[in-house]
Amino acid sequence: MHNSEINIKNISKVEGNASLNIKIKNNKVQKVKLTFADAKRFFEQAMKGQSIQTQPQSVSRICGTCSIAHIMGCITAIEDGLKMKVSKQTRLLRELTMHGLMIRDHALHLYFFSLPDVFKKDSILDFEGEEKEYLKDAFELKKIGNKLSSVISGRAVHPRLPQVGGFSKVPTKQNLKKLVPILKNNRERVLRLIEIYYNAKADFPKKQKFSSQIGKFDFLTGKAPKEKNKTELVGALARLNRNKKNLHKNTKKDAAKYLKIFPSKNIFHNNLAQAIEIMHCIDSSIEIIEKNSFKKEKLKKIKPKNTIGIGRIEAPRGTLFYQLHLKSDGTIKKGKIITPTQHNQFNMEKDIKTFAKKNLNKMSRHDLEHEIEKLIRAYDPCISCASHFLKVNWK
Amino acid sequence: MSKKLKIGWFSFSCCNDSTIVFTELLNTNFEKWMKLIDFQYFPMLKKKNNLENLDVAFVEGAIAKESDKKRLKQIRKNCKRLIAIGSCAVNAGPSGQRNDFDEKKKKEIEPIIKKLKLCKKVCALSEIVKVDAQVSGCPMSERKFVLILNKQLKDFKIIK
Repeated sequence: MHNSEINIKNISKVEGNASLNIKIKNNKVQKVKLTFADAKRFFEQAMKGQSIQTQPQSVSRICGTCSIAHIMGCITAIEDGLKMKVSKQTRLLRELTMHGLMIRDHALHLYFFSLPDVFKKDSILDFEGEEKEYLKDAFELKKIGNKLSSVISGRAVHPRLPQVGGFSKVPTKQNLKKLVPILKNNRERVLRLIEIYYNAKADFPKKQKFSSQIGKFDFLTGKAPKEKNKTELVGALARLNRNKKNLHKNTKKDAAKYLKIFPSKNIFHNNLAQAIEIMHCIDSSIEIIEKNSFKKEKLKKIKPKNTIGIGRIEAPRGTLFYQLHLKSDGTIKKGKIITPTQHNQFNMEKDIKTFAKKNLNKMSRHDLEHEIEKLIRAYDPCISCASHFLKVNWK
Repeated sequence: MSKKLKIGWFSFSCCNDSTIVFTELLNTNFEKWMKLIDFQYFPMLKKKNNLENLDVAFVEGAIAKESDKKRLKQIRKNCKRLIAIGSCAVNAGPSGQRNDFDEKKKKEIEPIIKKLKLCKKVCALSEIVKVDAQVSGCPMSERKFVLILNKQLKDFKIIK
């Protein structure tokens, strides 16, 4: 194996330990290195020779935060390779599953990781007075995301029901209908969240290119335009910059004032974009549940062949790619996975360097370190990095 | 102020699924646990963390790096009880899937193992330090976690 492969860090989960190294020479920033320090877990090697059917569950273990996205990316690649067409019902259930993921994951990031920055607190554990009201909102919204995923997919983390070719179990009408009032009752909470990030004073504009699916805003089936850019930013900000016209009509109506901000080149607007996406996911879920009825359905049969399949979906943090080489005996020959954080890491390092250069002599080391952490958190790169576990080695 | 259970939450090689499950448990238990628990070391929730003199360390993930072995021993020294959380901490897998690779795959990854200073074999926590209790599952079982947490609260006389 060539040494260059050592740089594939993001196939293992990266939301553990992240560290940042900034080298300064003669009072100037020389080099910035953002490192995700978790041990590599070799998922691409592990999948070789494994069954097509069990792969979605295996790759789910790449990331506990967005296991659903990995399951969907893998399933999409397999079905693409085998030219399998799934039913409309399956497409809708998958869309609902992704909405549940987005609500829970964005809420975790926006309330637990970024909101302490807005309130100038170390942690949600330090919230007091009115700030505690936002914690109630956080828990209620996370609950909705969790509930939606559980009803549709079996559970919110490593769900078992989404399969190649469909769902192994379809939710009951009764359980689905129960979700609608809960979803509707929580729109107000999302509006409060949107307002907070609309008013948050954080600004870091820079020239950059954005990449996301465009077309239907379902995180799964949008078109993937060819990109020629050397570096691209992916995630909620990219999605709103490129695809806001396809948000749900009710979201567009109630978030009209805030949507004027997009397109934006300010990375801190990624937080606002995520908050608006929560609203979109709630509105879209309500419509899907109210307008459709779901019935028992058999899984489409897998007919293995030698082929290559591509899965390109929108995970919470941006575009997630799967390329799988499939074999006629029903196994995986080899595969390649590119996660959103891999896309964004280069941009993050560039941003940190620019920010550090600009502010090195204007801020104390403590303040500069804190501001850089905020910048990284706005990217929402991974759990631990986004949650105050940044170790900066000044050299 | 009444006495609280001083806990730490640590993650090694894994997908952090049990941490996510824990944050979901906060949805319904936050108020109650804030009165009973001092989240003394919890980098996912705060920047200012203190490793010293913990009552209970909850540790998820397997040990896959030499540096992580040292870190785990350091955690063990600083806690009265250490509880393994989730399948990777308890059984070293699935994150330790490379332990079961065939010879061809093992050879393929060998240069990376050396370069990144990874352990030859991925280990469960109990292979390195004494583990007092465990919550199995991938992700951890919510029900069993709450049972074990309540047991600690009782054993350390935080609740009756």
